[in-house]
Amino acid sequence: MIVFVSFLVVVMLVGAVAACVFRDLLSAVIAAALVSLIAAILFYLLQAPDVAMAEAAIGAALTAAIFIIAIRRTKRNEE
Amino acid sequence: MRRIASILLLIVVAIGISLSLAKIPFGATKTKVGRRYIDEGIRETGATNIVTSVVVNYRGFDTLGEVTVLFIAAIGLGAVLAGSAREKIRKTEPASLVLSTGCRLLFPLILLFGAYIFIHGHLTPGGGFQGGAIIASGFLLIYLGCRERRINRIASNLAESLGGLAFVVIGLLGISLGGYFLSNFLPKGEPNALLSAGIIPIIYVVVGVKVGSELASIIDNLIEES
Amino acid sequence: MSFLNNYIYYIGAFGLISIGLYIILVKRNLIKVIIGLGILDTGVNLFLIAVGYITKGTAPIFSSPGIDPERMVDPVPQALVLTAIVIGVAVLALALSLAIRLYQHHGTLNLRKIRDQKW
Repeated sequence: MIVFVSFLVVVMLVGAVAACVFRDLLSAVIAAALVSLIAAILFYLLQAPDVAMAEAAIGAALTAAIFIIAIRRTKRNEE
Repeated sequence: MRRIASILLLIVVAIGISLSLAKIPFGATKTKVGRRYIDEGIRETGATNIVTSVVVNYRGFDTLGEVTVLFIAAIGLGAVLAGSAREKIRKTEPASLVLSTGCRLLFPLILLFGAYIFIHGHLTPGGGFQGGAIIASGFLLIYLGCRERRINRIASNLAESLGGLAFVVIGLLGISLGGYFLSNFLPKGEPNALLSAGIIPIIYVVVGVKVGSELASIIDNLIEES
Repeated sequence: MSFLNNYIYYIGAFGLISIGLYIILVKRNLIKVIIGLGILDTGVNLFLIAVGYITKGTAPIFSSPGIDPERMVDPVPQALVLTAIVIGVAVLALALSLAIRLYQHHGTLNLRKIRDQKW
C-alpha cells in the first residue's frame, strides 16, 4: 500500500516538473491535468470522496478545457 | 539578478514550510469541532452525509459567499471579453455523422447523471458543485462534437440569476420562520430517505442548476466565434 | 520506512507548492504563470486534506446503519477544500480572459516585453 502511494506521488511530482519544462504550451496543460487527476486519486485514498469527485470533475476536465480554448486564441509556443 | 533573488526567496520559503510540516503529526486527532459535528450531525440536521451538513447547514453562509465569488468571476469574464475582436471562423471540415449522432445521444444521459448527483447530495458522496460541473461537461461535449450548435443565452442567464435569487430567498425565509438566516425550517424526516434533512436538498438543487449554467456560459464566452 | 509512511502525503504537497512557486517567480510566458497558479492551488488543497486524516479512519458518511462514528475522519477540512476548488477554477477563468485581452492589445505574451512598453 505504501509502495503504491509513493509511486503515485513520484509520478505526480514528475508531471509537475514536466509542466514547468515543456515549451509547447499544449503539452504543459496536459501535464497539469495529469497532476490534478493523481491528486483526485490521492484524495480518495485519504477517505474524502466528495473532494475527489469535485477535483476530478473541475480540476482535470474543466480547467484543461478552458486552458486549451485560451491557448487557441493566443499563441501556442512559449515566447 | 532577478533569478538569483527569486531562487533565494524560494529556498527560504521551502525551509520554513518544511520545518513547520515536520511538527504536525500525521493521523492524530487534532480538533474537537469535527467530533461534535459527527456526533450530533444526524440528530440536528437529518442528513447522513456529514460533509453536506457542514457545507450547507453549519457553514451555510460560506457557501453563499462562494456562490457570489463564482458569479462575480463569470460576470467579469463576460465584461472583459465583450469588447475583444471576434475570432475568424477557420476552415475546418464538418463533423462526421457518427460523431455528431453519438454526442447527441450521450448528452441527455450526462445531464441525467449530473442531476442524480446533486439530488442525492445529502445521502451519498456528491452535491451541488460536483453535479453542476458534470452538467457543464455535458455542454462542453456538444460544443466539441456538433460544432454549429450554441446554448441559448437567455435561458442560461435566467437559470443562473434565478438560482442565486432562490438561495437568498430561502435564507430570508429562514429569518422569518426560524429566527436566523438560513435556519432549517422544514421537517427533518427519517434519515436515509430522499425527502429528508429540511432545506438541504432544496439548496443543493438550486446550487447545482446555478453552477452548471454558469460554467457552461463561461465556456460559451470563451469560444465566441462570429 | 516508517518516516515515509508518516510523511509521504506531506512530501507530495510540499513538492507541488515549491514547483508552483518556482513557475510563478521565474517563467516569462503569462499562460505558463497561470498554469503554475493552478498547480499551487492543487498543492495547498492536498495539504489541507492530509492534515485532517486520522489513521485507519473511514469516510464521514452514515450510508448503512452499522458504521462506528468513533473512527471517522475530520469533516471540516473537506468542506473548506470543496469551497477552495471551486474558487480556484473561477480565478483561473478570469485570469485567462485577461491574458487573451493582453495578447490582443500588445501582440505578445512575453512579460518582459509587455513591461517595457510604455502604454
